[in-house]
Amino acid sequence: MTDQPLLRVRGLTKHFPVRQGLRSTGLVQAVDGLDFDVQPGETLGLVGESGCGKTTTGRMLVRLLEPTAGSIEFAGRDITHAGRRELRPLRQDLQIIFQDPYASLNPRHTVGRIVAMPLQVNGIKPPGGIKARVQELLELVGLNPEHYNRYPHEFSGGQRQRIGIARALALRPKLIVADEPVSALDVSIQAQVVNLLRDLQRDLGLAFVFIAHDLAVVRHFCQRVAVMYLGRIVEIGDRADIYERPQHPYTRALLSAIPDVTRLGPGGRIRLSGDVPTPLDPPSGCRFRTRCWKAQDICATQEPALVPRDGGNQATACHFPEAVGASLLAEGAPAGDAAGAIVEEVSP
Amino acid sequence: MSLSPVEGVALAEIESSADAGGPAVKGVVGRSPGQLAWLRLRRDRTAMVSGVLLIFFMVLGLAAPLIEMVYGIGPREQFQNLLDGFGMPLGYAGGVTGEHWFGLEPGLGRDIFIRLIYGLRTSLFIAFAAALITATIGVVLGALAGYLGGWLDAVINWITDLTLAMPFLIIALALTPTITLRFYGERGQVSSAFGVGVLIGVFAIFGWTSTARLVRGQVIALREREFVEAAKASGAGLGHMLFRQLLPNIWAPILVSFSLAVPQFITSEAALSFIGVGLSDETPSFGRMIYRSLDFLQTDPAYVFFPGITIFALVFAFNLFGDALRDALDPKSSR
Repeated sequence: MTDQPLLRVRGLTKHFPVRQGLRSTGLVQAVDGLDFDVQPGETLGLVGESGCGKTTTGRMLVRLLEPTAGSIEFAGRDITHAGRRELRPLRQDLQIIFQDPYASLNPRHTVGRIVAMPLQVNGIKPPGGIKARVQELLELVGLNPEHYNRYPHEFSGGQRQRIGIARALALRPKLIVADEPVSALDVSIQAQVVNLLRDLQRDLGLAFVFIAHDLAVVRHFCQRVAVMYLGRIVEIGDRADIYERPQHPYTRALLSAIPDVTRLGPGGRIRLSGDVPTPLDPPSGCRFRTRCWKAQDICATQEPALVPRDGGNQATACHFPEAVGASLLAEGAPAGDAAGAIVEEVSP
Repeated sequence: MSLSPVEGVALAEIESSADAGGPAVKGVVGRSPGQLAWLRLRRDRTAMVSGVLLIFFMVLGLAAPLIEMVYGIGPREQFQNLLDGFGMPLGYAGGVTGEHWFGLEPGLGRDIFIRLIYGLRTSLFIAFAAALITATIGVVLGALAGYLGGWLDAVINWITDLTLAMPFLIIALALTPTITLRFYGERGQVSSAFGVGVLIGVFAIFGWTSTARLVRGQVIALREREFVEAAKASGAGLGHMLFRQLLPNIWAPILVSFSLAVPQFITSEAALSFIGVGLSDETPSFGRMIYRSLDFLQTDPAYVFFPGITIFALVFAFNLFGDALRDALDPKSSR
């Protein structure tokens, strides 16, 4: 790891005002103070349940949403509030892949035009011409370059997602924000696309911020994982640490919910009671305390900081983290392992 | 209708796969949504019949001077010698002869056929020009309001509401003579081009609101789609967003509203000319002809028949074609 991270996020916050007529009646605290770094060539997984602010974070990273507070530094430059012209050179290094392959391609443009769009918008003339570059990209993502003149409605979901990936790669970015790139696809296609992304990441040295709610996919793809709950990161660390030695109760509950085909019955499953609290009025102190079986008085009054325990890379925001030695395996719940293996087997 | 749009698409797909399997070396070419719509339109018999009729009318209008040459009679020539002592045309059905196909006007004795051809040209020119101008204004304002939102949206909406609140007929009645007076004074001879221009201007001021509303709604619906965000994430500017990403997706409703606006402008022009604020008598137009013919409704019914039938057929064909176009462009909405 180098000293200078590719992406440095500090205190990133997004509040959406709730309006009734002209009055502002509240704030949806979608994302509330995120800190994380992404090194060049590294893949960071961002996991959490629906509505925890994963997608909002991804959109702020590529500046589709304006952050309310905090800072985003990309390659040493602060881009938190940079204008369109300032961003232009950075856009080439920072791209996004979208969740829905049916909505993310313009139905009136040919595949060639879609993939060439970033080049044309930025006035880039690659050697050999735009068409050659586009066909090269299509080949790179495993599509037939002859399909240059076809329209998106002639492709399947997996092929469309490949087109979206080709478009993101057109500018040779250094970092790609992948916003649930496979959750709209069939499981067999998911494995293909994830493996394509992994190969591209290895071959081109890309860094990824991989947003997903599928823990098995994240385990397969990401070197580091950040777990989010209600707009905060509750735990961040290396893949092995998160999946095998989770310290935060929420991470444990999340991992225990992975279905496991090797076991029958609900054994080992941690059931959280209640719903996620509304981000309009999040709980005081630790946001997870309303559903945590370990919650005590201190959790309501004092917010736990995201601090590394025992000097490792793994940081946990909890007053009562799990002991480092207490692995899930020891409790007879090899959930994470089995789910990770499923993807490995499906991949060609 | 012979074929449902669904069958049309299926056929199109069969054809395209046949293309791909053929020995042609030109590579795989996909069919754009526009090409698919064109295929559906071609299979719609109503659309084809009304379309051919429209093209026929347009060719007639465009070729008016040519027809005048072949026909040998101009629109302002008078044939007083063919009228009787009361100014009524001699012969049957308003003086229909081999020389004067649709007969003669009572009173002035001008040839009805050539005046109809020139009236067609005037009507179509005014309607198309007005529809083009209103569509352009509507698309630009609607797209800007829908895409940018905020205060600009509020202002444009406010202007739209204001325009919709103004009574078209009363303003047109008040405006047209005032403008004409301002430019030509009390006695000046008003040129026909000026009258046409004033009419187009009046239509342009009032006609853009529906297109603007339509486009604004469509753009708002598209704005949140991910392909728009993808373009934004690549650093696309406003012009690229509006004209490259958004507009190609809303051509269909714009085209339909355009094709339905044209007949509306034809009837409006006729109505305005009828009540006397539109074109002067010098310019051949449907409205003026029908207005003049009303005095002779009992004595010379053939005079009202020809312009009446022509304007009816023209507007009917336009409306049918507009409906068929909508069905072809959006197969989901058809019955």
